[in-house]
Amino acid sequence: MTAFSLPRNEADDFLVALIEKQSLFAPVEKDSIISYQLVANPGDALWNFSNSTVPPKGILFPQTETLFKFTGSEVSGGIELPPQEKETVIFGIRPCDGRAFKIVDHIFGWDYQDPYYLERRARTVLVGLSCYEPASNCFCTSLNGGPSSKEGLDMLLTDLGDRYYLEVLTDKGGKLLNKNRKLFALALDSDTKEKNSLSKKVESKLKRKVMSCDELQKKMGDLKEHKFWEETSLRCLGCGICTYLCPTCHCFDMQDEVTDGKGRRVRMWDSCMFREYTLHASGENPRPTRVERFKNRLYHKYKYYPDSFKITACVGCGRCTRYCPANLDLIDILTEIGKI
Amino acid sequence: MENPYIPYLAVITDIRDETVGERAIKTFRIAFQESSVSKNFTYQPGQCAMLGILGKGESMISINSLANDDYLQFSVMKMGKVTSGLHECEVGDAATVRGPYGNGFPVDDWKGKDIILIGGGIGQAPLRPVINYVLNRRKQYGKLTLIYGARAVSDLCFRKELLELKKLKHLNVHLSIDKKEDGWKEFVGFVPDNLLKVHPSPKNAIAVTCGPPIMIKFVIANLLKLGFSDEQIFTTIENRMKCGIGKCGRCNVDNLYACKDGPVFSYAILKNLLNWSSG
Repeated sequence: MTAFSLPRNEADDFLVALIEKQSLFAPVEKDSIISYQLVANPGDALWNFSNSTVPPKGILFPQTETLFKFTGSEVSGGIELPPQEKETVIFGIRPCDGRAFKIVDHIFGWDYQDPYYLERRARTVLVGLSCYEPASNCFCTSLNGGPSSKEGLDMLLTDLGDRYYLEVLTDKGGKLLNKNRKLFALALDSDTKEKNSLSKKVESKLKRKVMSCDELQKKMGDLKEHKFWEETSLRCLGCGICTYLCPTCHCFDMQDEVTDGKGRRVRMWDSCMFREYTLHASGENPRPTRVERFKNRLYHKYKYYPDSFKITACVGCGRCTRYCPANLDLIDILTEIGKI
Repeated sequence: MENPYIPYLAVITDIRDETVGERAIKTFRIAFQESSVSKNFTYQPGQCAMLGILGKGESMISINSLANDDYLQFSVMKMGKVTSGLHECEVGDAATVRGPYGNGFPVDDWKGKDIILIGGGIGQAPLRPVINYVLNRRKQYGKLTLIYGARAVSDLCFRKELLELKKLKHLNVHLSIDKKEDGWKEFVGFVPDNLLKVHPSPKNAIAVTCGPPIMIKFVIANLLKLGFSDEQIFTTIENRMKCGIGKCGRCNVDNLYACKDGPVFSYAILKNLLNWSSG
């Protein structure tokens, strides 16, 4: 793997080049919310932030998207697919959110291929930005991640003060580099050393930790009927914010909309925290209360997903803890599980 | 890349009333618009498909015809938006189909065994193809017993067919209704009680039960009482589904998806899973 270096004062030139040739999504701050938006000016992109409020998952798995259009219920009208989008670059992804795409790849690529996610994924280059200031509820190192974790990303930039250290991680990343090769110098061995020691330093800033994924998976297998779940889920309001802001939550609903004889089938994010999510038309509900729903969410992340795909469906970004209106602290909950 | 969300376009060719009332059941026969689709659409007893109407949505419905039948058939209880929409349809109206989905019953593993089918209400729909599959290969299976019930005579699904089946010698049919009605000569009471009365032997047998969750719960308890092992008992999980292909998440029972890993599960698998039924 080759590494490169980009002088800080030329960083904007890189973004300008990306804006010219691709659709560039970058972290943008508006009304104190940081989210990934399509940008037209390099100045709009944030380089210094802890992590975004909203993860970039919605760019590849939009909150609402049209699956196909149809004309009334007329069979003759047939079905029309949405047009293909142009190549996209998502810039400034934190390594945890990069890993999240790798995790979500499993569900969308499992058996039946989901063309909407997978084709968008194939046309998108993920440019990561190493963490330098983890937030108070970050715990990525417990989930096999880290401030400079590379999984899921195509490129990784690390801020070395007067310059950025760039690692090319995939062929897709290599192609993007070659298009902009003249901006980058080959990195020196001293750059690599500096980057590695910086990563270690940032890692030491992470204060919160839980037991390993393997231990958690095993432990939860033993706790299915424990009263702990009832006590813990009492505080949950069932608002679903943890699922909407989770970079690995991927549940969706499908609905038909018809206006003036023209219809579309839409899929939109859904949440396992909602009663309606599992409610049968008959009124039967296999997860009738918040206890079952809360428990299912955590089991899905730390037990079912690793049982099925050999990877835990959590990256330790801490958003669910940070934004929970009832102050439910996931890290505390996982720690408690370890003590039972 | 193939798009599994695009349904096949089809047309409703036949509609029959099975039961009437607020939760009426109708049986629909469906023909694909493209003959190449019909040719390639093969399935096992117990498999399902997303039956839909553009503008209303889709519901996962058990296919109750057999792959070598010259028709594709679904029986639908009027319940939510899509099923109510289907009930308003007339012959010639458009419908859509995605599938077939799910695992189906392991009918070929059951060869040489006695088969006991225990159904309630619309639960007869997934059992219907099992009956016909076995009847088509009668010598390859042992005794075939059907224990089926509904709330009232007018709620018995496939009533005409059931009466025909009763005439067959190599099939034992035991019907029941919940409350006494004039002229009813068969069992009066709940399906799990009729099961105890019929008292099938677990020896070299397989028991399959489909119906309301509460009925399934008591049927399984009674099967265990009769000496059936967990591995001899099969049922179907009919959870709410949207995608049908293991993505949208809602039909999960632990790490298994009812749409893909099910709908058929042995009790040996099911009994260790959380929330498989609130019944």
